[in-house]
Order: sequence, then structure tokens, then C-alpha cells
Amino acid sequence: MAIDNQELIRMYRTMLTIRRFDERASKEFRGGSGTVPGLVHSYIGQEAIATGVCFNLRLDDRIVSNHRGHGHLISKGADVRRMMAEIFGKKTGYCKGKGGSMHIADFGIGILGANGIVAAGLPIATGAALAAHLEGGDKIVAVFFGDGATQEGEFHESMNLASIWKLPIVFVCENNQYGVNTHYKYAVAGGSIPRRAKAYNMPVRSVDGNDVVAVYEGAKEVVARTREHIGPYFLEFKTYRWSMHFESDAIPDMRPKEEIEAWKKKCPIVRFGKKLLKMGVVTEKDLADINDEVMAKIQDAVDYALESPLPAPEDALEDVFSV
Amino acid sequence: MRKITYTQATMEALQEEFRRNDRVISMSNDISVELREEFGEERIRLTPISESAFVGAATGLAGSGFVSVVDLRMATFAFVAMDQMVNQMAKITYMFGGQAKFPVLLRMSIGAGIHMAAQHSISPYSMYMNVPGLKLIVPSTPYDIKGLLKTAVRDPNPVICFEHSALAMVTGEVPEEEYTLPFGKADIKREGQDVTVVALSQMVHEALAVAEAMEKQGVSVEVVDPRTLVPLDSQTIKKSLAKTGRFVVVDEACRTCGAAAEILAQVAEDDEVFRKLKATPQRVCGIDIPIPYSPPMENYAIPDRAKIAAAVNKVLGR
Repeated sequence: MAIDNQELIRMYRTMLTIRRFDERASKEFRGGSGTVPGLVHSYIGQEAIATGVCFNLRLDDRIVSNHRGHGHLISKGADVRRMMAEIFGKKTGYCKGKGGSMHIADFGIGILGANGIVAAGLPIATGAALAAHLEGGDKIVAVFFGDGATQEGEFHESMNLASIWKLPIVFVCENNQYGVNTHYKYAVAGGSIPRRAKAYNMPVRSVDGNDVVAVYEGAKEVVARTREHIGPYFLEFKTYRWSMHFESDAIPDMRPKEEIEAWKKKCPIVRFGKKLLKMGVVTEKDLADINDEVMAKIQDAVDYALESPLPAPEDALEDVFSV
Repeated sequence: MRKITYTQATMEALQEEFRRNDRVISMSNDISVELREEFGEERIRLTPISESAFVGAATGLAGSGFVSVVDLRMATFAFVAMDQMVNQMAKITYMFGGQAKFPVLLRMSIGAGIHMAAQHSISPYSMYMNVPGLKLIVPSTPYDIKGLLKTAVRDPNPVICFEHSALAMVTGEVPEEEYTLPFGKADIKREGQDVTVVALSQMVHEALAVAEAMEKQGVSVEVVDPRTLVPLDSQTIKKSLAKTGRFVVVDEACRTCGAAAEILAQVAEDDEVFRKLKATPQRVCGIDIPIPYSPPMENYAIPDRAKIAAAVNKVLGR
């Protein structure tokens, strides 16, 4: 494994930041301070994917995220203070309180937005990849979506368009196996998502989405090839989301309890921590220190969000251009 | 001044803007040979019939430092890309707190009269008026479309241009010199004293024909063309009404919740204008039915000169 030790530790810290961020966001939503107004779609269980992919991206590469987007944003370098403030509906949030959890964007670091509509990010990402193609150079785009998105027309149209135009885009399918409560084996004709990508004439790679090193190594080759601007690539990561579809009892979790518990035993963070210990990259104390540091960072983000002012009602009239 | 067609004026606007800014990119599944020859296949991009993909790609491209111009051909085909138009393009500047702009121009043809039935005939601008985040233009003459399209390409936000099929071969004076037209500025197409007729798109020409015929009967009709629906220049309409006190709105689109209804409402809720009204305002709109195929039914479904004249006579108490 040719990853620099410091890089490995940074990856661990990023995964843990995502975990602690979503644990806290979920807790705040379910009571906590009682001030989170909307919904939180937790990324817990899938941290290895965003981390392993985004660690191969540069600041000037662009990503497009989805409704379960906190992990993608943190991995690409978003500020957890402004993310938390947005979730709290505060004026200091990334979208000044106009978007909430599902719509965080930071165009300055290549985050072209999370998205509330399943598969809607794929056409937008395809357009961003067209921009990279027209500019020349070796900039690329990565778009994140779940298995559920692969049943949408926007998925198929975008895959086709990106392929015929040979655009520099990596389609990152996080197959957490369920679209809300519907298993992909039921929803996907033939039961294979990669097969769909092959139909659009692009190379495909399936990787264990709970092994961050495998994700990183897999994405590394794919990203390198995509930088040549010779066409799109499809990456499928099998994984599992630990929480229900979103942090609310409005839609009960119908997935088998034993299945959830079995996947929790495959925790990508615990697994990576053990690996780092075994490799002698870190000590138990190092891991504990990283946890303390991350916990402090998340607490700081929550404090920032709590102390930040709510927008004034008439702030709703800012950023309007069509009256 | 030289006269050119609506189609030629459209082409000139695009050519000039593509020359002016090499980051303007066109996408359509029906590309212009003329544009492709001059600007090449990278900039004049041929798309598959994938409206969701290329309208969404137009947004992603626009959010990445380019300007997108999309010809969807018919307004009915645009419905296929509704998520990208309504949920994405229109809303995301606002939803992202204003941190990014999406300069996209969508062009689409509208209207009845082409004998292709309801899946190829509709004038749906009022649906989009109900979606904050889109600027909507409805040019009725070669002069207007050239100036408004050039403004649209330079606008930092999404614009939809609705081009009535029946206008393609209409000719009109267009200067050789460069010009643009501002959004939100109605045009008084004909001055008059007795009745204000606000007409949209192709109906401007029908209203002008009626105005000319009525003049022979001693009735002076003012014809106002809003030219853009978002933003809407209600001030010019109100000013005209303050003069005439009689109001008719003509729109080929369906009557219910249409642009005509909105224009009427904006006028009616202005105390000053309301007090000056000498007669109950009238709408002349398309019937609330899908546009039928067979010409007798098709013609019946939309306003014509007789229906416009009847409404003018009604507000005159004749």
C-alpha cells in the first residue's frame, strides 16, 4: 500500500469527522437543542466512499452531491461550521438558511451542490464535465448518487450523453442497497447496476465501499484515467446506511434488524482504525486523540450554529432575480 | 430600414452573441447548419433526444463558467425536462444562497395553427410565471426578438424565450447596427385613445389588424405588447389605461390562470387604475381545451380577430 502515513491519518480523521458530524446533526434534529427545523439524511456507514474518492480529487475538480451529502461535502473540504449553521437554518450557513441539509454548496471549492431530487445531480454534473472538456486541461467531475437513482431517466440520459461526448466524469454509485425501503435487487432489472453502465459503453469497477483503502486505490486509477479526458468511468461501491432513510419516524425503517446489525459490524471506521493500528501507523492513544479533536471540532460547529442569528423574515427576498 | 424575417433576426442575434463571447455554447437535437459552420461542433453541440440530460447539462455548464443556449424546439418537449427546469435551473441560485449564477437561455416554439394537435401545440408561459427563478420573454416581431435574445444571452440568470411558430416568416424592420432591448419594458405597438389592448406574442399582430379595422369605424385602439412576462412592465399598461379607461387582454394560451389573468389582476388591484376604468375589463383567450388537430376546431380553440373585435366593442358599450 503506497499511501503516505500522514495521508492515511487524514483519511481516518475525515471519516470520523463525517461520522461525528452526522451523529450530532441527527441528535440535534431528534431533540438536542430542538432547533433543527428540517430533515437530516445521515451518511453514517458510508464514510469510506466519499473519503476515498475525494482524497483523489483536487480543489479545482468539481463534485455534485445528493440528498445524503454531508460526507461528500466534508471530504471535498467544506467548512463544518457553515454546514451545521445551514442545517440549523441560520444566516451564517452556506446557503444563508435558504437550502438546509440537502442543498449545501460551496462553488469556491468545487462543490456544485447537494440535491433534493434523486438523480437530478447527474445531468448537472454532466454539464460541469462538459465545461471541463471545453476548457481542456485535466480537471474532472465526480457525481455521487445511490442505487435508487439508477432507476431514474436522468441517470440513463446522463450516462449516455457523457459517454457519447467522452466527458471527464466519474459516476460514483453508492449502492447502499435500499432506495428508502426498497431493495435494489427488486428495483433493478437483472439485479446488476454495473451492467447498466456497461450498456453505455464505459469502463466499470465495483469496489468494497466499506474499505477506505480499497476505495482510495480503486478511485485513484479511475480518476487518473478520467484526467486524460477520454471518457466517463463508472464506480460502484457496495455499502450500507446505518440509519433509516432520514432521521424521522415519518417513514419507518423496514429493513431486517439482523441485516442492519450485521453491517454495523463491518463499520468502515473501526475497520480502518484496526488496520492503522496493525500497520503501526497510529497508536490507540493517537486514535483517541483524533476522536477528541474531531469531537471538539463538531462541538465548535454546533456552538457556532447555535450562536449564529436566524435570518430575518425579509431576508427571504434576497437573491431573487425574477420579479 | 431593411426588413428581415423573425427567423433571420433570431439567427443574427445568436451569431452576434456567439461572436461576442466564445464561452457561449449551444445544445440542441436540431442544430443550425449556419451556426455549426461558423462556430464548430464543440460550441454548437448536437444532442441526442434527451431533454432532461441536456437541459440539466446546460445548468451544470452555466454553473461552471460558461453560457448555455438550448433550443428545445417545441414547448411541449420541454415538459420532459421539467425537473431540470423547475427544480434545478430556476431554484438553485436562490437555494444556494446566491453563491452561483446559471446563465442559461432556453428557446422553445409555442402556439397553435400548425395542425399538429395538442402534443405539439401549447403556449405554456403562465405555468412558468408560477415558478420563481425564470425570466420569460415573448417577442412578437423580428426587431423585438433580436434585441431581447441578445439581452437574454447576456443575462446571468435563466431565461426562457417563447417563439410562436406562426411568427417565423413574419418580416419587420431591423437595424443593421448593434442594439439590445431591456427586459421589463413593454412596447406600445400602436398608439390610441379609446381602448387599451394588451396582446401577447402572435396575438399582437391580430390585435394590430383589429385596431386598424376599428380605426375606420372611428375607434382608436392602443396596442401594448409587454414583450417580457417576467419581469412584467405593468406600469406601461397602467399608464395606457389611465388614458383609455377600457381594457382588453388578448392571449392565445388557455384562459384559466393564464398570463392574461395575471395582467388583469395586477391592473385591477391598483386603486388608481381601477377608479379610472370606464368598463369591465375583458379577456380574450384560448378555450381551456387541448389544441385539436382539425383546422375548424383548432381555429375555434384560439382567439381570432372577430373575438378580439367583439371584446373591444363590448368595453366600448357597442
